Amino acid sequence: MTTLDSASTAAVEAHSQEFLVFSLGDEEYAIDILKVQEIRGYENVTRIANAPEFIKGVTNLRGVIVPIVDLRIKFHLEKVEYGGQTVVIVVNVGERIVGIVVDGVSDVMTLTPDQIKPAPEFGVTLSSDFLSGLGSLEDRMLVIVDIDKLLTSEEMALVESVKE
Amino acid sequence: MDITDFYDTFFEEAEELLGDMERHLLELDVDDPDSEQLNAIFRAAHSIKGGAGTFGFDALQHTTHLLENLLDYARQGELTLRRDIVDTFLEAKDMLHDQLNAYRDGEEPDPEAFDRICKTLQQLALDEMGKSVDGEVVSDSAGSETPDANPDAESEEMPESSSVSSDSTGEATEQDEASDAGASLLTVALLGVDDENRGLLAEELGQLGEIKHQSGDDRRYEVTLETTASADDIEAVMCFIIDDSQVEIQQASASSEAPAESASADKPQAHATTDADTRTSSDDTKTSSAAKTKAKPKAKAGESTSIRVPVDKVDQIINLVGELIITQSMLDQTVSELDSTANSSLTSGVSLLQRNARDLQEAVMSIRMVPMDYVFSRFPRLVRDLTAKLDKDIELVTEGESTELDKSLTERIIDPLTHLVRNSLDHGIEMPDAREAAGKPRTGKLTLSAQHQGGNILIEVIDDGAGLNREKILAKAEANGVPTSDNMSDDDVWQLIFAPGFSTADEVSDVSGRGVGMDVVKRNIQAMGGHVEIQSEPGVGTTTRIVLPLTLAILDGMSIKVGNEIFILPLGAVLESLQPRNEDLYAMAGDDIVMKVRDEYLPVIAVHEVMDVPNAQTTMTDCIAVIVQGEGRRYALLVDELIGQQQVVVKNLETNYRKVPGVSAATILGDGSVALILDITGMHRLNRTKREARRPLPGGVNQPVPLKEVEES
Repeated sequence: MTTLDSASTAAVEAHSQEFLVFSLGDEEYAIDILKVQEIRGYENVTRIANAPEFIKGVTNLRGVIVPIVDLRIKFHLEKVEYGGQTVVIVVNVGERIVGIVVDGVSDVMTLTPDQIKPAPEFGVTLSSDFLSGLGSLEDRMLVIVDIDKLLTSEEMALVESVKE
Repeated sequence: MDITDFYDTFFEEAEELLGDMERHLLELDVDDPDSEQLNAIFRAAHSIKGGAGTFGFDALQHTTHLLENLLDYARQGELTLRRDIVDTFLEAKDMLHDQLNAYRDGEEPDPEAFDRICKTLQQLALDEMGKSVDGEVVSDSAGSETPDANPDAESEEMPESSSVSSDSTGEATEQDEASDAGASLLTVALLGVDDENRGLLAEELGQLGEIKHQSGDDRRYEVTLETTASADDIEAVMCFIIDDSQVEIQQASASSEAPAESASADKPQAHATTDADTRTSSDDTKTSSAAKTKAKPKAKAGESTSIRVPVDKVDQIINLVGELIITQSMLDQTVSELDSTANSSLTSGVSLLQRNARDLQEAVMSIRMVPMDYVFSRFPRLVRDLTAKLDKDIELVTEGESTELDKSLTERIIDPLTHLVRNSLDHGIEMPDAREAAGKPRTGKLTLSAQHQGGNILIEVIDDGAGLNREKILAKAEANGVPTSDNMSDDDVWQLIFAPGFSTADEVSDVSGRGVGMDVVKRNIQAMGGHVEIQSEPGVGTTTRIVLPLTLAILDGMSIKVGNEIFILPLGAVLESLQPRNEDLYAMAGDDIVMKVRDEYLPVIAVHEVMDVPNAQTTMTDCIAVIVQGEGRRYALLVDELIGQQQVVVKNLETNYRKVPGVSAATILGDGSVALILDITGMHRLNRTKREARRPLPGGVNQPVPLKEVEES
């Protein structure tokens, strides 16, 4: 926790944040690096019946059962392939561990606040509620996803809703 | 080190002491109290007082102080116990518990409740002590009893000063006989006591002995008293009215009033004086003596063979051992593929590892096991309170208290069990008159028993009451719109009472009968992986049996294969497995299929259908039918093949994901992959919902077997 705290304090001090950039098809996305626990290959996923299509199943992460979500299916990408480059980003959200399948991880970037523009409100598949903004980096655009909000949202069906 | 570091230890200890106190109070035979028990109760109160004093929990200290004094009289035989007095003690114990909880939460205890309990205890002391002293005044018997018992008590209380007190005890007892006839002369000084209380105190003192002389003012008022009571006793009586720092008791200055006696009475007096000194001189010594007594259980703990460990540490070990088992079976699998003659030392090493790992696992699992006594010990109080409330006469018998159960289960079994006991007390066991009329003893009997049976624990609540009323249950069920029939088996009828909102009680009492409950009981027990059975016979009684797995962490499973997927069935639910023959399969109402197994028609549920498994065996006669039983319901599960039996470590799916219908948990297989453990009752439910959802599309994809027409009969 101390490293996390000091890191975030440092980030606040510098007014900039570090993001992990990953690709889904041709699109580039970014998530807060502090949410990322590890990155591993896609393997050995046990399917769960009667779950939404984008929930690939569960896997064994050193004795912990972790659900695996394929964001490519969730975001309705056309091409969903599992190959050697397919990686799982294991993230920590709200005391839970979730793995997300992406096409590849490119790099870690530091964005200053003026590089982050507000996201326009028009998304249908990806509501702007789940976006922290759009990062502009020369000619690249990064979709900055609020992974906490996204994965704990009701439509992800990862967390038991209150009613049940 | 900060003193607050010790708070938790104190709270835990105090909690245990209060538990002990309650147990002893309940076991206490009011007519012939066992002095050992009285001493134990006293010691508990005393230790709590000591701790409370050390940590500055004033309300707690004061309440225990009052209680302790009363208990002291009781064990010295000065206070004759009655049931209602014991009730008051129990009430005080509850209050102490509340206060303890308040302090634990960092709050001050409710001052009103504190006042009330202090008043009650003081009133009790005044009423009872006034009376009992009145009756005997300063008789010889009282004289011989009191000093005798007192030094004993001292030596028990303060083992640290044992060398001193045992000396004086010896001498005191020696001297007792000599001093029996004569009383000692004490000067009691009251500091800063107003007129009104002074009169009251003087009166109290007068009852303890003969007042020779009294004089003084508000600031210091001295009473010279000739009494056989010890300084301790006098102080104890007075501290109900004033604070004990306001009392000073000294041996009267060698006056000429009792010169003949002084020689013989010297030693006991000296003892009394030193006692009085240590007790009264200042608050400092009091706390130090309190600290000393506080040290006593500590010293004991050092000798004792148990240690306190937080549960999460134990859980961590259990998880690690689970990992070890998984790794071990992974190794095992790899090694089994090798040539065993070429690698004989590796093979034998791995099999040794397997044995050690199993032993380790068993040993670690036993850490979590606690005896059922932990659960049963809270019922004597409940039964006592309820019988009083219901005006019934009921004896509680517990059997198999030493039976061990996983701690997480013991905590979760308490509520359902409490409910069953309340039900039995309220509805099961009749009023004494009705029992007599039925030719049964007036005292009803409620038995709580626990025993191991295979990998399960059976917990039974047995009453010898009127039994369940079949007609009443059926009538009530019909009124509630539950389908019934007259030729239902008794077992089926009894299961009806587990329906939500079901109560046959004629009137709702505040004990039970609101009809919320049995369904909750059943649900709770099912959530623990167990089930409830009821046996009942009119006029003889009802037995409710709870069957629970010993632990939730490890499961005996049967692995099955469907398509390319492996699932685990809880072995406890599996009855048998067989290959279905075409002539045993019947279609019913379109796409429902039943299978005839030894003159019984069982619904057939295909795992591949419910769990949407691709590439599964769809020809029914090529499948294996596993007959399973869950929630009293039997059905056949169609699987592709049986792999084998194995112990699996249960992993919760909800930790990082959510509850999955038809799946109770997950586990990790030898190859490191995850397998789902099927929920037998959940599968049945899921099958039904899936079929209902599919109904608008009759003749769905899964209708592969040409089935015989249902024969008309």
